[in-house]
Amino acid sequence: MDPIILSRLQFALATFFHFLYVPLTLGLAFFIAVMETRYVRTGQEIYRAQAKYWGRIFLINFALGVVTGITLEFQFGTNWASYSRYVGDIFGSLLAIEATAAFFLESTFIAVWAFGWNKVSKKVHLTAIWLVSGSGLMSALWIILANGFMQNPVGFKFDPAGRRVVLESFTAVLGNPYGWGMYFHTVFGAMLLCGFLVMGISAWHIFRRRNVEFFHKSFKLGLCFALTFSILAGLAGHQLGQITAEYQPAKLAAMESQWETRTNAPMHLLVIPPYDDREENLVEELPLPGLLSFLATGDSSSEVRGLKSFAPGDRPPVWPVFLSFRLMVALGTLFVAVSVLAALFRRRIPELRYSLLLFVLMIPLPYLALELGWAVTEIGRQPWVVYGLMRTAAAGSPIDWYQVAGSLVVMGGVYTVLTVLGFFLMGRAALKNPGDYDAGGYDAAQGGA
Amino acid sequence: MEYLGDVWFIVWGLLWGIYFALDGYDFGIGLLAPVIGLSRTESAAMHQATGPFWDGNEVWLITAGGVTFAAFPVAYAVLFSSLYTPLMLLLLALILRGAAAEFRHQFQDGRWLFFWDLTLAGCGFLAALLLGVAFSNIFRGLPLDADQVFQGNILNLLHPYALLGGLLFVLMFVYHGAVYLAEWVTGDLSVKAALAAKLSWPAFMLCFLLYVILTFFWVGFWDRYLASPLMFCLPVACLAAFLASGWQLYLTGHLKKAFLYNGLGIICLALTGVMGIYPNLIPSRLDPLGAVTIAKAASSPKVLLIMLVVAIIFVPAVIAYQWWAHRRLAEKIHSDYYLKA
Repeated sequence: MDPIILSRLQFALATFFHFLYVPLTLGLAFFIAVMETRYVRTGQEIYRAQAKYWGRIFLINFALGVVTGITLEFQFGTNWASYSRYVGDIFGSLLAIEATAAFFLESTFIAVWAFGWNKVSKKVHLTAIWLVSGSGLMSALWIILANGFMQNPVGFKFDPAGRRVVLESFTAVLGNPYGWGMYFHTVFGAMLLCGFLVMGISAWHIFRRRNVEFFHKSFKLGLCFALTFSILAGLAGHQLGQITAEYQPAKLAAMESQWETRTNAPMHLLVIPPYDDREENLVEELPLPGLLSFLATGDSSSEVRGLKSFAPGDRPPVWPVFLSFRLMVALGTLFVAVSVLAALFRRRIPELRYSLLLFVLMIPLPYLALELGWAVTEIGRQPWVVYGLMRTAAAGSPIDWYQVAGSLVVMGGVYTVLTVLGFFLMGRAALKNPGDYDAGGYDAAQGGA
Repeated sequence: MEYLGDVWFIVWGLLWGIYFALDGYDFGIGLLAPVIGLSRTESAAMHQATGPFWDGNEVWLITAGGVTFAAFPVAYAVLFSSLYTPLMLLLLALILRGAAAEFRHQFQDGRWLFFWDLTLAGCGFLAALLLGVAFSNIFRGLPLDADQVFQGNILNLLHPYALLGGLLFVLMFVYHGAVYLAEWVTGDLSVKAALAAKLSWPAFMLCFLLYVILTFFWVGFWDRYLASPLMFCLPVACLAAFLASGWQLYLTGHLKKAFLYNGLGIICLALTGVMGIYPNLIPSRLDPLGAVTIAKAASSPKVLLIMLVVAIIFVPAVIAYQWWAHRRLAEKIHSDYYLKA
């Protein structure tokens, strides 16, 4: 067995599990911060109860994010030693800054928030959740800028000794357009995921006719998130597509399964990519003239590079990238449609019956869309670990395959069990009544932790 | 710009030391939970003592790891790929520890609580042991060939000296946790924790002295320290801090001071070890050419400088707000507290 393949599987496993929790942490922190701000401003207990109710789900989710995240930072060293040596000068510093400048803040103030309901003043408590929200968004920025360097290496020069690249311009690394493009798309996606989760859980309670007033309030703020951010995520995704066209044309060609280089390139609604060595699509029907060129560059007559213009060894795998991308776009369109629909009916939500279940069914879809988005980004980057600079095949560690196989199996097992347990507990917390969180005893002492 | 690598070398040791001094008490309390937290309310109180803090403490590990990556990428690559399996086990322990902290109180079922208590104790033990074994192996030198490729296996890492280091970390953290617990809980549990501290301190000190003697005279720190004798103030400060901690525990009963002195001692111990391998980050006991030195491992001066600015701004800030958060959140925990639930 090849340790590289196993290491890739392990990295994919760890990141995909981790990313089941990251978006909700980002979204719900912001959501709770808004609710608690309303509480501090108006003094109405219902907003305090909102913060506590959603906080319970948030804290379980956060803990799972922490425990799945810890492997990631170390995996670059354990499994990708050559990569770490080669780009550590730039990549490592971004990770270190993330921990020092953002993650400390998040971890410390989440405890102040969770355990401090009766120990700090209202304003300090509110500040704590805003700090959690802000530092989470900062964390995401540093990590995605680090990832951005892998997608579009900038601001570096080759070390005279030749065994690594070193930082030339920190501002170029921080201003990496690819990183920023991914950042906005990811963060907006995280917020829309939170919106749909809140709508889904609230819809269930309203459907059961329990605490309707309470959950109608949650629903409306969730809807506000879902509508705003599904549109913004779409726009940011379009922006990211253009950035990809500019910096990673091979990825864009794989996303569209575009084999020929052509100007005025159409987008085909129905495409079946080849499953063997053939260099053309099996089916290519329903063209929308010039649309691909227009989407990629803003000019329908511009040239779009096809996969054939890249050596076979430089092409990403087409099927997974193509399918993930199509499905993500379809889901994104659905999110906008459902949000718009919900917005039209927003006042009548408490009167709805079975149509409320639509929102419950929507809950898993943003999770799927976000994971698919990362699949496009990371599989589409192949065969490079750092685009154009270092191949994945050359990035590994001098380790034995059975070491990786062992850790892969154990990590896969543990993460699966923890995730099942975690989602079960979040579901259980979601099904409780908001009033349950203001009772005395242990929960109250922990502020719902 | 030569000094930048040295500055980061010291910061590197300091960050690991702070991590041990902070997460050490979490591990120790986790380890003690099934031993002295005999009733359901007592073990719950023990969890509550670390509940708000373990995550913030763990970030020091993320930072220490991140700084290893940022300041010394080669050391990060060689160290973590060489110690692949022990590091994965450490991560597993940390994963389950975090899960235990969040999942344990979700059900008040006896078997559920017992399961997570045992998990937490096992994780505390494993994490302490692995950290001790790993750092002892670094002090002793890893079997690296001239290309800095690890030529050993997990059995070489479990050398008696390394196992003694592991035992030292376990005892040190048990003592550290016991003192912390004795300070922050009340009643019988506090008495039991203080007793655990008093019983573990002599074993910890014995192990410490044996470990230091071996480290200086068998591993060879003595010669390196003789080269710049000023460094001897580190092990001396370490010993003095541990003795002061014992003094506070046995003679004055001032537990907070006993805890702080012990934390100081742990930081000095980490620095003692790290300064003993200077200018190596990872000595090699196979081929001296394979040693990962500061010069070979350091990032470019530009990165080291940027990182230094970041560290100078943020690390004191982190210490300040974590201190503040601890003052606001920590309170004496009564182990009858939960009976209300």
